[in-house]
Amino acid sequence: MANLQQLAQMFKELDDQLVSCMRCGMCQAVCPVFAQTGREADVTRGKLALLDGLAREMLADPDGVNEKLNRCLLCGTCQSNCPSGVRIMDIFLKARAIMTGYFGLSKTKQVIFRGMLANPRLFNALTGMGATFQGLFTKKVDDMLGSSCARFNAPLVADRHFNTLAATPLHRIVPQLDTPAGASGLRVAFFTGCVIDKIFPHVGEAALKVLKEKGVGVFLPSKQACCGIPALSSGDGTTFDKLVAMNMHRFMSGEFDYLLTTCATCTSTIKELWPQMFKGDPALRAEIKELADKTMDISQFLVDILGVQEAEVANGKKVTYHDPCHLKNSLAITVQPRTMIKAAGCTFQEMREAGSCCGCGGSFNVAHYDLSKKIGTRKAENIINSGMDTLATSCPACMLHITDMLSRKNAGIEVKHVIELYADSIKNEG
Amino acid sequence: MKTAISKEFEAIVGETNVMASEVDRHTYSYDAAVLDSEMPSLVVRPENSEALGKTVKLCNDNGLPLTVRGAGTNLSGGTIPHPGGVVVLTNGLNRILELNEEDMYAVVEPGVVTTSLATEAAACGLFYPPDPGSQAVSTLGGNVAENAGGLRGLKYGVTKDYVMGVDFWDVNGNLVKTGSRTVKCASGYNLAGLMVGSEGTLGVFDKLILKLIPPPKTSRSMMAIFSSMKSASETVSAIIAAKIVPATLEIMDNFTIRAVENFRHAGLPTEAAALLLIEVDGHPGQVEEDAVRVEQICREHGASKLKVASDAAERNAVWQARRDALPALAKLKPTCVLEDATVPRSKIPAMIQALDEISQKFALTIGTFGHAGDGNLHPTILTDKRDHKEWQRVEKAIDEIFNRALELGGTLSGEHGIGLAKAKYMVLETNSGTLDYCRRMKSVLDPKGILNPGKIIG
Ligand SMILES: Cc1cc2nc3c(=O)[nH]c(=O)nc-3n(C[C@H](O)[C@H](O)[C@H](O)COP(=O)(O)OP(=O)(O)OC[C@H]3O[C@@H](n4cnc5c(N)ncnc54)[C@H](O)[C@@H]3O)c2cc1C
Ligand code: SF4
Ligand code: SF4
Repeated sequence: MANLQQLAQMFKELDDQLVSCMRCGMCQAVCPVFAQTGREADVTRGKLALLDGLAREMLADPDGVNEKLNRCLLCGTCQSNCPSGVRIMDIFLKARAIMTGYFGLSKTKQVIFRGMLANPRLFNALTGMGATFQGLFTKKVDDMLGSSCARFNAPLVADRHFNTLAATPLHRIVPQLDTPAGASGLRVAFFTGCVIDKIFPHVGEAALKVLKEKGVGVFLPSKQACCGIPALSSGDGTTFDKLVAMNMHRFMSGEFDYLLTTCATCTSTIKELWPQMFKGDPALRAEIKELADKTMDISQFLVDILGVQEAEVANGKKVTYHDPCHLKNSLAITVQPRTMIKAAGCTFQEMREAGSCCGCGGSFNVAHYDLSKKIGTRKAENIINSGMDTLATSCPACMLHITDMLSRKNAGIEVKHVIELYADSIKNEG
Repeated sequence: MKTAISKEFEAIVGETNVMASEVDRHTYSYDAAVLDSEMPSLVVRPENSEALGKTVKLCNDNGLPLTVRGAGTNLSGGTIPHPGGVVVLTNGLNRILELNEEDMYAVVEPGVVTTSLATEAAACGLFYPPDPGSQAVSTLGGNVAENAGGLRGLKYGVTKDYVMGVDFWDVNGNLVKTGSRTVKCASGYNLAGLMVGSEGTLGVFDKLILKLIPPPKTSRSMMAIFSSMKSASETVSAIIAAKIVPATLEIMDNFTIRAVENFRHAGLPTEAAALLLIEVDGHPGQVEEDAVRVEQICREHGASKLKVASDAAERNAVWQARRDALPALAKLKPTCVLEDATVPRSKIPAMIQALDEISQKFALTIGTFGHAGDGNLHPTILTDKRDHKEWQRVEKAIDEIFNRALELGGTLSGEHGIGLAKAKYMVLETNSGTLDYCRRMKSVLDPKGILNPGKIIG
């Protein structure tokens, strides 16, 4: 283990980025964690000051700083509103990596990231078993999933409010796909992502159905791995690099115009973090950049590229929309999913604070479930107050957490992915 | 390890509201000023009025220096604690206690965020005009203690013009009631007035009674482009001389214009030497007349182009450009020193000339924008405080900015307050007799000198 001075040295490498924070405090207006606690150490300015304090050897308690650093949803809201343009997410991820280097990765996380996530077949087998024996082995599966993908967490902690794992994951329903371009003349690759694969396979199916309908050829390679965000947000760059490389090898074998996902988190990870944070095989760099440039959210593709437009209200469904942080803050995608909802023939009504985080975010959910629940409760109240009967969003992680929050309130509101609504409208027409 | 004193604070505010760890304390050691940080020994967060009063008394009983902190956004070091002192947070005191539509006032706790009050007031058809750039986070307590201004200062005044009363705790833990809920009040000393701009050095605000007014019926915004800062600033004087009082009258120099354009690509004229952003508001008939007259004056003074916003989106674009000024400049360099020396508005052309000379003399990049109509410019020095040589020049330049502003009959601070940053210049603006008077007053009201020591009067 390195000593404090060495740790300070490592943080000094972030100095150029850290100094760009002018301590204006404007992040207090937007941070969902700070909104709950009112504590400076929970808001970006405080966290950056703490990292700066370590770099300058003003602080002797890296453990304490690490704890504060982890009280963060990595939602990116502060970054997209920071007047000084501080690259906050980059700083936070790097800081977590430094901390993990210093403290080491916990034994559980070592087993889970390095043993399981980095080994998709084992991961699939274990979760498959979990699905079959759900109930019997719930606790085990919960623990495992809970710390593997941060985004599985919401309903797994304490009393769960619905069955987590799908009986048949997407990789069993559609092991692989390689269809030629149809009427659209386009071909896309489909990155499934863990939560879609194992919990919401029907969202993946809905996307495939829509793409088929639109005459878009699909390349869906087998043996896809996790996008890597859970490892990265725990500071495990080694596993992250391995996962990115595995995925690159799967996708580089196909030819396609765009890479699509139905998961906001996967989209932003591939698009932003793969090129930025990958430290593995240099030969892959150019390809990663190229793939990242081709990566799109499903709604963005359908609206911006295929020109899907709003339709007459047809189905009587009343829908409101929650902006996933990873689409709104990271990629500034807010219009297209709303267009999709209207294109599906639904009545659309904006809720209050549609763009604020649902509270799921990262391993935050496990470590700070109470806080996460408070943030989610506010979201649930805004959803209920919108008076709509369906909540649509674009990220399966948000779907999980919001479902949990809404069912705690017995709201009787359906939670759907935008693409499901649109796929349903196709069925109705045909 | 818990000290006896922290246990006493816990008994008042509850265990979770006393922060003693190194990590927590470090996050209350700074504010938005470019100054060195200082660690408090304890941070306390009262959640009701009584607890606030007891906290103040306990500090005094133990001779502990006390610094009240709202959102910590002040730009003059007002919330940097005294070494070993206690930071008292007000963000647990954030209730709007009364919003009286009939008599048009609000009673609030000091930790209410400025925009929360403005939004609630608007929902009742009323208007709270002071709008500092930090309003989405700044607290009303902080606004009163700094006498904060905003974009609407020219016509609507600053925070002090909306303070009807302040209830505050003195060091002995007595609640002092000042002002009233009435439009007029001549009962006794104007202690509420004394509290405005006191930066936590004379008492700790418990409640504020703030004036609300009816909102203007309509407004019109425009942007005028000039080929020199001189002609732009002369236009400002001419508009005022014509007895027109725009709600907002802002200026931006070429450096700022280019920074903003690079930042948002909204199509600003990057070749323009200066921009004026103007908004007139009020009754539709008068707005119409004023707008035409302002347009004429701009053209008479050489505006090469003038754009009047024709709808909400265009109006928003005009003000977005102004809101972008600070962020756009801040992005250019690691450190940005935002000054707010203010001169009588007829001296704006002279002050702009002075800033130009200062930037050349010290070889510094200074972007200038600000409330031209109020004579309150924000020369913003872009630098990197890690570059020690340049930083020395920055300090000299700041001295000179103050000297020049004072020579022109101006003041050290239009709205950001004195705090630690400008305390040493106070004697230049006033005189030693004034400071002596202030210190004697403080020594009686705060004999142990616990209330935010070192601020304003050193
Ligand atoms: C991006 C940015 C833009 C800004 N724009 C403007 C602007 O346009 N106009 C302007 O005037 N200022 C502006 N400011 C400065 C700052 O926001 C104001 O001074 C604001 O009033 C500070 O409010 P606060 O809640 O952050 O107070 P703090 O910074 O927390 O405190 C300020 C002072 O008030 C005292 N104080 C706070 N609460 C109490 C209380 N209850 N009792 C007694 N004393 C108290 C503190 O001790 C301190 O001395 C800006 C700052 C930033 C960072
Ligand atoms: S908004 Fe940005 S610059 Fe301002 S304090 Fe927060 S992180 Fe720093
Ligand atoms: S990423 Fe989200 S939770 Fe974390 S500091 Fe920023 S706004 Fe707060």
